[in-house]
Amino acid sequence: MAQFTKEEARSLLERVVAYSDADEFEVNLNGDDSGNIRYARNTVTTSGYQRDLNLVVQSTFGKRSGIVTLNEFDGEMIERAVRRSEELARLAPENPEWVGLVDPQEYLASRTFFDTTASIGPEYRAQAAADGIIPSRENNLVAAGFFQDSAGSAAMMNSTGQFAYNKQTNVTFSATVRTEDGTGSGWVSRDFNDLSKLDTGRASQIAIDKAIASRNPRAIEPGKYTVILEPAAASGLLQYMFFNIDARSADEGRSYLSRPGGGAKLGERIVDERVTIYSDPTHAEVPTATWAGDGQPLRPTMWIEHGVVKNLSYSRYWAREKGVEPVPAPPNVIMDGSDATLEELVEGTRRGILVTRTWYIRMVDPQTLLLTGLTRDGTFLVENGRIQHAVKNFRFNESPVTMLSNLEALGRPVRINGALVPPMKVRDFTFSSLSDAV
Amino acid sequence: MKRRDFVRLSGIAAGSLIVPLRGRAVLPNGSITPVPTADRKTLADAGLNAASSRGATYADVRIGRYLNQFIITREGKVQNIVSTESYGTGVRVIAKGTWGFASTNEVTEAGVAQAASQAVSIAKANSRLQAEPVELAPVTGVGHATWRTPIQRNGFDVPMSEKVDLLLSANAAALAAGADYVNSFLFLVNEQKYFASTDGSYIDQDIHRLWPTLTVTAIEPRAGKFKTRDSLAAPVGMGYEYLEGHNSGKYPGITTRYGLSYDMIEDARAAATHAKEKLSARSVEPGKWDLVLDPSHLWLTIHESVGHPLELDRVLGYEANYAGTSFVTLDKWESGSFNYGSDSVNLVADKTQPGSLGACAYDDEGIKTKQWYLVKDGILVDYQATRDQVSILGQNEAQGCSYADNWGSVQFQRMPNVSLEPGKTPLSVEDMIRGVEKGIYIIGDGSYSIDQQRYNFQFGGQLFYEIQNGEIVGMLEDVAYQSNTQEFWNSCVQLCGPDDYRLGGSFFDGKGEPGQISAVSHGCTTSRFNNVTVINTAL
Repeated sequence: MAQFTKEEARSLLERVVAYSDADEFEVNLNGDDSGNIRYARNTVTTSGYQRDLNLVVQSTFGKRSGIVTLNEFDGEMIERAVRRSEELARLAPENPEWVGLVDPQEYLASRTFFDTTASIGPEYRAQAAADGIIPSRENNLVAAGFFQDSAGSAAMMNSTGQFAYNKQTNVTFSATVRTEDGTGSGWVSRDFNDLSKLDTGRASQIAIDKAIASRNPRAIEPGKYTVILEPAAASGLLQYMFFNIDARSADEGRSYLSRPGGGAKLGERIVDERVTIYSDPTHAEVPTATWAGDGQPLRPTMWIEHGVVKNLSYSRYWAREKGVEPVPAPPNVIMDGSDATLEELVEGTRRGILVTRTWYIRMVDPQTLLLTGLTRDGTFLVENGRIQHAVKNFRFNESPVTMLSNLEALGRPVRINGALVPPMKVRDFTFSSLSDAV
Repeated sequence: MKRRDFVRLSGIAAGSLIVPLRGRAVLPNGSITPVPTADRKTLADAGLNAASSRGATYADVRIGRYLNQFIITREGKVQNIVSTESYGTGVRVIAKGTWGFASTNEVTEAGVAQAASQAVSIAKANSRLQAEPVELAPVTGVGHATWRTPIQRNGFDVPMSEKVDLLLSANAAALAAGADYVNSFLFLVNEQKYFASTDGSYIDQDIHRLWPTLTVTAIEPRAGKFKTRDSLAAPVGMGYEYLEGHNSGKYPGITTRYGLSYDMIEDARAAATHAKEKLSARSVEPGKWDLVLDPSHLWLTIHESVGHPLELDRVLGYEANYAGTSFVTLDKWESGSFNYGSDSVNLVADKTQPGSLGACAYDDEGIKTKQWYLVKDGILVDYQATRDQVSILGQNEAQGCSYADNWGSVQFQRMPNVSLEPGKTPLSVEDMIRGVEKGIYIIGDGSYSIDQQRYNFQFGGQLFYEIQNGEIVGMLEDVAYQSNTQEFWNSCVQLCGPDDYRLGGSFFDGKGEPGQISAVSHGCTTSRFNNVTVINTAL
């Protein structure tokens, strides 16, 4: 096993730190057991198992650092790696932004490990594939999918006496089901820390139903539409807001969060007042480790509250420059919603487009956060509260900031790709052209 | 695309760059102690024999040492230097007509043999769901063969101080020319690969690639506006000599563009001027425009709208759950008359092109690399396929486009260099522009997006020059063009001559689950496309 207990980690890392002659020294230990199975054309195509265990040591003299990683753990090898990192540090150019190591910290208890996931074996993975393949074959459909699970532990220690430990499990499953004539395609994606929350059979059925329902889509004119974005569709755009939430870019005048005339839009309302987005490493649905890679503690952090920017992330260097407390980047994104189901959002819509997912999203203009991308795997016309028929996919050109400003309604948040995002109804969403892609 | 193994670099605007950090870090010059070839043959044979004795009908063993070095700077500061090394072996087998793969970092006879046995077990287990047995195109073993990227100077041997000085000098040049910020990067890759198969091939290759790049930002704080201009360098399959900036590699014009030699300091200076000019450039009027596309831009359109849709595994559905399928279905190829482009469009697959990212003598399943047409005189004639797929195309000779990004990754179909042949008659860029009444001349690659079957795309760029009545009249901004692949390539009306031929390329092209990267070049000359839809991205 590439996993280790807290006490095993502490004892190994103490041994490593003892070798150091540097001014400052930090060591990270990571171990992961990961398995996967991939299928396509209704058959298993590849499957694999990977074990990875490594130790990263960093020595610093003044403002010069050197890093070495190794995956051999006898005492001689470890000492050699520590010496090598010291040599590297002496050769390295000075980093004027070096701010030193973090001091010992208190961390929140983590909720990221589940035995259910850690005990997945090859039979389980084969069954996950079969759950997609068999019903697809029975319906004359063609399934492709990917299932991956991992169980690992991570720990770090530095020369100030700081020590952190976490163990984590993850499982992801996605499936794309297509009709044999290639006119319909459905998709589903699930990810959890706890395997008991995953039902690959039920998930596969969603992709199957969407493949059948999306057959023979009709073309409708591109333009501005009211859209109902499923959580996967919305999160594709939302994540760009949080990739770009750092204070330094905003302060430097090169971010959507830069204020004309200088400074950042901290404290300004930038989206609809129903939008509240925060991160919380201890959230039961989307737990993460409670410490960042450099040892900073991760705590619940409000980013946008009732439409107002409450926090930007500050690296330790930038925080020192600005005389504020550092704010680590969001470990997860949690957006508040309502109790409404996706079906209720559809029922309340006179005319709109229901979007399953968004795809190939790229930045067009970082100043406005204008993005382009396409709808994929299930796009439907809604009229008078009912799904009428499948429509051809669209290319969109839209900013998530505009999207959250044109909000009509929010539904019940769902976990997608490590984030908790509600389905949302948005007016005037810009579809700029049609695509023939299925 | 999601690339889970990748680490985002901090401090780079707009999440525009992701870099794979894999493997163990080493000394700046690498702890390169290659295992003697004779020893690797012994190790590989241990794997091949173990696979055969467990019932494999075919096996290949790859023993690889993968070195990366990334140097990351901004303005006057080195932000990070990462050197990684990864060493191990991957064994792929066919047993009961099914593929199996296993890998290990324990590169001993016992370790390789154990991985081989594990691969056979996986193949046998998966054979239960196998519909059709794997069929390999015939290959004659080549015995012992070696190849090395013909580099003049190994980037890993260049002192760190020299590399850092170059980046910081480029940054200083940009700042002196009025830039507000500048980020610069140098990426070096060396793959030392040993391949052995039960066909009797023992192939030793030493492959080098390099990519210098930068982004310059100009700010207008009062208006809260900012503009960037990225490097016009291409990633290349060359050594550090690419950075010598010889005049022979420079293509003069409205701005200097680069062939197989790059002047980073000159480009940084120009980038600063351009970024400032972009702040006050005229916003484009949306509508139909004729486009004159420089190779530093057009490579990416070739990559997305020709390279990916002609991957046979995509066409067949093997990538359906991730990157997608392809509009270029087999019936289009079978018809022998599918008009991919106008009759001046000739698109070639080639893994032998000097200086290209894809260049090697043998691919990762031991196939001798070659050149072949994908589109000839505008007609679709072929795809890109691996050894187990060419029979679908009625071919009995493999093409050589299999690749794995690491010893621990299974090899699969990856794009060879795919390039647009130059026009047959000499034509300069100036003469091409002289013939355009209302057009936009686009230099450098920018935003890019295309659907999962590769019909509908949208591309931005770095520099947009308005052409009126055969003259460049000024700079435009907020430009992106949208088109459909077949419509676009059929609107290609003119190609510059061979003198203008240059390579662009992707250093980190993602595909597969779990995700793998590969590097691929695309060559072309400046080309004209008529009547393309241009949108204004600020409206």
